Amino acid sequence: MNKVVKNAEEAIRGLESGMSVMFGGFGLCGIPENCLTALAASDIRDLTCISNNAGIDNVGLGKLLRNRQMRKMMGSYVGENKEFERQLLSGELEVELIPQGTLAERIRAGGAGIPAFYVPAGYGTEVQEGKEVREFNGKMYLMEYGLRADFAIVKAWKGDALGNLVYRHTANNFNNMMAAAGIITIAEVEELVPVGSIDPNQVHTPGIYVQRIFQGVNYVKQIEFVTTREK
Amino acid sequence: MALDKNGIAKRIAQELRDGYYVNLGIGIPTLVANYIPEGMQVVLHSENGLLGIGPFPTEDEVDPDLINAGKQTVTALPGSSFFDSAESFAMIRGGHVDLTVLGAFEVSEKGDIASWKVPGKLVKGMGGAMDLVAAAKNIIVAMQHTSKDGASKLLKECTLPLTGVRCVKKIVTDLAVMELVPEGFRLLERAPGVSVEEIIAATEGRLMVEGEIPEMNV
Repeated sequence: MNKVVKNAEEAIRGLESGMSVMFGGFGLCGIPENCLTALAASDIRDLTCISNNAGIDNVGLGKLLRNRQMRKMMGSYVGENKEFERQLLSGELEVELIPQGTLAERIRAGGAGIPAFYVPAGYGTEVQEGKEVREFNGKMYLMEYGLRADFAIVKAWKGDALGNLVYRHTANNFNNMMAAAGIITIAEVEELVPVGSIDPNQVHTPGIYVQRIFQGVNYVKQIEFVTTREK
Repeated sequence: MALDKNGIAKRIAQELRDGYYVNLGIGIPTLVANYIPEGMQVVLHSENGLLGIGPFPTEDEVDPDLINAGKQTVTALPGSSFFDSAESFAMIRGGHVDLTVLGAFEVSEKGDIASWKVPGKLVKGMGGAMDLVAAAKNIIVAMQHTSKDGASKLLKECTLPLTGVRCVKKIVTDLAVMELVPEGFRLLERAPGVSVEEIIAATEGRLMVEGEIPEMNV
């Protein structure tokens, strides 16, 4: 078994135009920076991107937007991005807005082999359009489908050659579920550590979900809103 | 006089109880954290995967891996926990979060809420708002009673696309505290110096006024 690849360019081999790709991260926190840069440098196009957010201009998924490599975006909140607005209004880009918890659960279900499930979010709103509605114990629910993708690209703090991953603070977010929902899952990590050095009690994502792993370089970790208090 | 944003937050803080797990939305709701009564332990939930939000960091403490749902840098208090987004929304959907405070554009007399989309303006997305309002046990809305041009935001029917239906339990505005009852809005308190007549005039939806309405204690 060899899951370790050299870098992002090698990791995204086989990722082709027209595919669906999940990207971990919440805002710019916990995004796979190296793979996004490698994708932006490639001529891969027409991607369906599944991610909570769409980055900001020229950062994160914003890099793929700038190059018009995205055909469809599935996410819960896509503000803070002028190029996104422009492409959406001009009709170049298709967008499917999904309530955040529903998106998270669709990905979790997809990875866990659950084809569909019911949630209350969106009942009575435009999110309900075209969906099966069902009552349980006097409350109304919408049926939602599990979601998988051709590739899932996640970012972790530490990982080992077997693909075991540990996240740091709120940089976990969508990464953990997406790892299980990719037909091929790429993990880029800040630190690739020797097998056995991660305490099995501390593993967030078991290696079974990860097919390719590499240690990333030059993480910028841009912050969207720096808020501080006086000492 | 009508309350300012901090006054609204201060009044909402009176709804907190020791041991509550609370989700605060962006805007006025975030300010509620500044008024948690001394000696009361309230755990703040952030839907991007944190229980136990602390104050903003000092400049030296800023950590890009530690943000809140508004993507602002925060700290994590001793005893806090981190988790993924599916787990975070399981806490909400499963009814484990005691109180959700969020902003709104409009609330109807049936308890419907519109807070995410204004047709004609750019759609940014609902984020976690639909999940929160559909599942939270107790929802308090923090909002201005009227728009800048004086139009009521407490309506018979919402005019904007809905975030959720029949879910709002209580509303705290710059003018009043109201609860939702089957008949409509029931006036509980008025802002200091604001008359019942002013509140009636600013409310388009059905407003129940029963007996003396006390002033808020803020």
